[in-house]
Amino acid sequence: MKKNKLFISGDEAIAIGTKLARPHVIAAYPITPQTIAVERLSDMVENGELQAEYMHVESEHSAISAAMGASAVGARTFTASSSQGLVYMAEGLHYASGGRFPIVMMNANRSLALPWSIYGDQRDSLGLLDSGWIQVYAEDAQEALDMIIQAYKIAEHPKVLTPIMVNIDGFILTHTYEMVEIPEQEAVDAFLPPFETPNKMSFEEPKNMGFSSQPIDNTEFKYQQDRAILYAHKIIEQTDAEFDKAFGRKYHGMVENYRCDDADQIIVTLGSICGTTRLIVDELRNQGEKVGLLKIRYMRPFPEKEIQELTANAKAIGVLEKNISFGYEGTVYTNVNSAIAKTGKRPYLKNFVGGFGGRNISKDDIRKMFTTLKTQEKTENTVEYFNLNVATDERR
Amino acid sequence: MNRPTKQNYQRPTHIDDFPVGPQFEAGHLADTNAGWRTFKPVIDHEKCINCLICYLVCPDGTIIKTETKPDVDYDYCKGCGVCAHECPKDAIEMVKEQR
Repeated sequence: MKKNKLFISGDEAIAIGTKLARPHVIAAYPITPQTIAVERLSDMVENGELQAEYMHVESEHSAISAAMGASAVGARTFTASSSQGLVYMAEGLHYASGGRFPIVMMNANRSLALPWSIYGDQRDSLGLLDSGWIQVYAEDAQEALDMIIQAYKIAEHPKVLTPIMVNIDGFILTHTYEMVEIPEQEAVDAFLPPFETPNKMSFEEPKNMGFSSQPIDNTEFKYQQDRAILYAHKIIEQTDAEFDKAFGRKYHGMVENYRCDDADQIIVTLGSICGTTRLIVDELRNQGEKVGLLKIRYMRPFPEKEIQELTANAKAIGVLEKNISFGYEGTVYTNVNSAIAKTGKRPYLKNFVGGFGGRNISKDDIRKMFTTLKTQEKTENTVEYFNLNVATDERR
Repeated sequence: MNRPTKQNYQRPTHIDDFPVGPQFEAGHLADTNAGWRTFKPVIDHEKCINCLICYLVCPDGTIIKTETKPDVDYDYCKGCGVCAHECPKDAIEMVKEQR
C-alpha cells in the first residue's frame, strides 16, 4: 500500500494528528512556538475539513476552562499552549485533572521569563509535573502526530480519565520540517472509538459537577486520582502495542531502550535531544565503547521499574535535561535518582543541566558527557551546567 | 411541590465505589444545614395573607408553598430574618432558638 507522506513541521504534525482524532471542541490561545499548530487547526475548521467548534478565547486560562466545560459533558477536546501560556493555565490544569476530564493538550516546550525568551527548554512543563496530568515527550514530528492519537485513547480510558500533555521541543520540533507519514482517517477512526463520558449532560441523569469536598472525602479523591494515573502505565503500553498493530509504528511505551542492555555508561534524557544522543551512542559504539541511551517518554506516570531494570548493570548514569529546580537539581534527575536509590545500587550519577532558552546542545557536548561518565570524574556537585560561556570559579 | 429532600447517603467503603472525580447525581441532599441559626422565623397563619413575598425573598429557598399558607423548612433555614423584615403584615416573628 502506498503511504501518504508529507514534509511538514512539528506544529503541523500536531494539527494533523488532532484533526485525525476528530475533536468536537478546540479552545486555544496562540503563543510562540505553538502558534502554527492552532492556526492550522483554525484553518481546517474554517474550510470545513474538520467538523469542530473552534473557540477563540481571550487567554490560556479561558482556553483550559472552556476545554474543561466541553470535556466534562463528553466532547473530545483539544487545547495547546507553551511557556507563559501554560503557567497562566496552571490553575486550570489542576482543575482538569481533579475533575478527571480527558483533555489532550499540546505543549511546545519553551523557556519561562524572566529574562524573556521565546526559545526552547523544558522548564515550563517540568515545573507543572505535579498538576496531575500525564506527561509525554516526543522526539520528532512523527512521534508528535502519533502521540496525539494515542493520547486520546489513553486519556479517555474509563479507568484512566486523566488529561494528557504532549510535549514537543519549541522550535527544534515545532518549526523544523520532516517527512511525516500521515495515517488514514478510516484507520484512526477504527483505532480511536468515540469518547463515552460517565458524566453526560442529560435530563435523565442530571449531575452535580465539580463540587467541593470536606476533609472527610478529599484524601480519597486524591488517592483515586493517583491510582488512575498509575493505572495509565498499563494502558500506555497496551495502546502503543495496538498502535503498532494498526499503523506499524511503535514507541515502546514508557521508555525506549536504545542499546542499554550491555551498556556501562547510559545517558537518560527526554525530548528532541534523544535524536542527537542516539547518533553519539552509535558513533561511540562503533569505536567499541559500551554506551546507551535511555529515552524517557513519560514523566507521569513515571517509568520507575523500566529505569531500574535498564540501568541495573550500568556503571555510570547521566541525566541530561533542559531544566533545573533552582536550589537543588534537575527534576528529571531527582526522579531518576529516586528510582535507582530504591534498588540499593549506587552507580556513578551525574545531572547534566543546560540548553536553556534555546541554547543548542551539540554532539560534542554529548561526547563530553559520555567521557565524564566513563572517567567517573570526581566533582563537587552532582549537577553540572555544561557549556557555560563564562568562568564560574571563586574570584579572589 | 418538587423539592429535593434529604436522602440517606451511604458513604462508599471501597475506593472503586467512590464517584469518579467530584461528580454525583444532582439534587442529592446528603445533610441538613441549619446549625448556625439563633433566631427562627415563625409564621402566624392568622395574619398571613399568602402574598408569598417571603417565598420570593428567602435567599435559601426554605419557605415552602402549600395549598393554604406558607411554611418554613427548618432543616435548611439559616435564620437570616429577611422574610420577617419584608413581610407586609408583620406575620413573621423571629423567635430565639431554645437549645
